[in-house]
Amino acid sequence: MRPFEYIRAVDVGHAVATAADRAAAFLAGGTTQVDLMKDGVLGPRVLIDITRLPLRGVAAGGGLLRVGALTTMEELAADPVVTERLAVVRESLLQAASPQLRNMATVGGNLLQRTRCRYYRDLSCACNKRAPGSGCDALDGHHRMHAILGTSEHCIATHASDLAVALVALDAIVYVRGVAGERAVPLTGFYHTPGDTPGVENVLEPGELITSVDVPLLPEGARSAYLKVRDRASYEFALASVAVALVITDGVTRDARIALGGLATVPWRSRAAENVLRGVPVTPEACAAAAEAALRGASPRPGNAFKVELGKRAVVRALLMVAGLP
Amino acid sequence: MGRSAGSARLPADDWSVPAELELKLRVNGMLRELRLDPRVTLLDALRERLGLTGTKKGCDQGACGACTVLADGRRVLSCLTLAVTCEGRDITTIEGLGEEGDLHPVQRAFLEYDAFQCGFCTPGQIMSAVALLAEGRVGTDAEIREFMSGNICRCGAYPNIVAAVRAVARDLGRAPI
Repeated sequence: MRPFEYIRAVDVGHAVATAADRAAAFLAGGTTQVDLMKDGVLGPRVLIDITRLPLRGVAAGGGLLRVGALTTMEELAADPVVTERLAVVRESLLQAASPQLRNMATVGGNLLQRTRCRYYRDLSCACNKRAPGSGCDALDGHHRMHAILGTSEHCIATHASDLAVALVALDAIVYVRGVAGERAVPLTGFYHTPGDTPGVENVLEPGELITSVDVPLLPEGARSAYLKVRDRASYEFALASVAVALVITDGVTRDARIALGGLATVPWRSRAAENVLRGVPVTPEACAAAAEAALRGASPRPGNAFKVELGKRAVVRALLMVAGLP
Repeated sequence: MGRSAGSARLPADDWSVPAELELKLRVNGMLRELRLDPRVTLLDALRERLGLTGTKKGCDQGACGACTVLADGRRVLSCLTLAVTCEGRDITTIEGLGEEGDLHPVQRAFLEYDAFQCGFCTPGQIMSAVALLAEGRVGTDAEIREFMSGNICRCGAYPNIVAAVRAVARDLGRAPI
């Protein structure tokens, strides 16, 4: 591991001022940060330990849930409001990682977790995300796990978070602090698809810190779920996942939220699929049409072409499940 | 921690070893004073500096669970935890659970149900199971399997691990007979 100077932040102002002044990285749960520092993928000169900052806890009010960025995944999953009103969030959390990792990993860190692309993690391989301009070994390599939506000729790495998929479906707002002050960013506009700069993954400026995430509650009567398809029953990243929330009255879909994971370079909200469902009777045919819309424009490679059909079937199954249809 | 935030900056190409930090770690109820390179993980601090070799290094990348310990009562992976971040936290390792002649109920159950073969993953399995019982996630075998899934056993002792955890849960009245 590359040597670094360890600084324990005393408050948020100290953390962001130090980060702005130095080529620093923040350390929260460490489940991605420490792992990638061991592998030499990340090598910050200064590591700012933010784990003692008062950014932990969940509060409900005004129709939303305010989640402190240092709240752990287990803590958020156990929150009574999440349990009662946001099944899609709870399920996305409990189907991710392991209990040990969920006790460490924070909500802010989860949104910023790095891809599981093996070429990104292997210093001997070409990777435009890790080393801009070096190429992408995944394009013609082993890319069974890789993305089919939001890709570019420079990068096809998937975003690994499950929670972020649920949160983009719910229109979560990310609060960010920097030396210039605080700003609010809709999670749907937080991530950048790779384009020709795969190393730039989100809107954060150097030194900016996520302090909290607001999650609007679903309306009363809404039903939601997170379906995750993976190679093992547990403790595995998604091949395809779907976050769904529906409001159905008199057999007609009044509101629909659909987001995809494991298939795209960023947590992927599918408004096209939502538009297919909204205002029409909820039927297997409508669900199939929504799935077609969700995967339209997919650009698979030879090794992950199966994900087009897998993604469609996952969307259909998640919708039928939430709609209570057989 | 014995080093101030305002120390000298490292040049960008400097690979020299950073100054060691003084810190106090509370492990198994005992306060231990250490001087550590900030890069040292909790796992290496326990094994190499404190001689507590019960906690095992399996994958060293957060994938296998062999290094599971409790931090403030919650199970975490010591291989992905920097020791310096643990100051002021209560760390419990397998050595803190019980001792010869006075084993923890989960340790006794692992013996009784033959819940291991080579034994390398066992301390992590036991620490995880102790936390699992405290979390109350032992209602069914399926629940035990799901919430023990962060602990890999390459010998495949899973059926007997589930049986051992189920037996302790029953003894504690936390699962149906």
